[in-house]
Amino acid sequence: MFELSDKPLDPAALRATLLHQPAAGALVVFEGWVRNENAGQTVTSLLYEAAPELCRAEAEKILAEAREKFGVLGVRCAHRVGKLAIGDMAVWVGVTAGHRDAAFAGCRYVIDELKKRLPIWKKEFYADNRAGQWLG
Amino acid sequence: MKIIIHYFAMLREQARRDEETRETNAATVAELYAELTQAHGFTMPTGNLRAAVNDAFVTMDTPLKDGDEVTFIPPVAGG
Repeated sequence: MFELSDKPLDPAALRATLLHQPAAGALVVFEGWVRNENAGQTVTSLLYEAAPELCRAEAEKILAEAREKFGVLGVRCAHRVGKLAIGDMAVWVGVTAGHRDAAFAGCRYVIDELKKRLPIWKKEFYADNRAGQWLG
Repeated sequence: MKIIIHYFAMLREQARRDEETRETNAATVAELYAELTQAHGFTMPTGNLRAAVNDAFVTMDTPLKDGDEVTFIPPVAGG
């Protein structure tokens, strides 16, 4: 399951949605955080924007692909939209599987495909008061 | 025919709106983008864009029909 959120992501609540799977022997979690630099520039904040319907449909495809390719059991993902500060969590991915290899591979697949495919954009704002810039 | 267009990110800022309904004779998604580039001064080249019609990803040569909702998708940067 995938969700877009304009509120801070709650990793404990997200993790809780993956519990109680007796066949799961591994959980791999990836958290993406807002970093204070990009390509040599000092970044002060980010604005994330998404095309919600397209984004949800494409994300559900990616999660289904992860299940099919790696045989993972539970897949959960959340992405922030709106204005984020340095250190804020932008994305959370959690994947459970019978064994660690599938959990690592599935988690890696979800975050990599999500970055390539989801209609989400980010605008960087900088320390020197230059105009913010859309990345991509 | 009437087409509804949804804008995001850089295109939203350059068009100064989230969406618009437009009377157009553009035959394809690419022709519509060329027309909108004239109208709004978009700086993004067509080659960098993807598009969706009625919430499904399509190629830029997809024909348009009355009432279609078109979203132009600049290069993405999630995560």
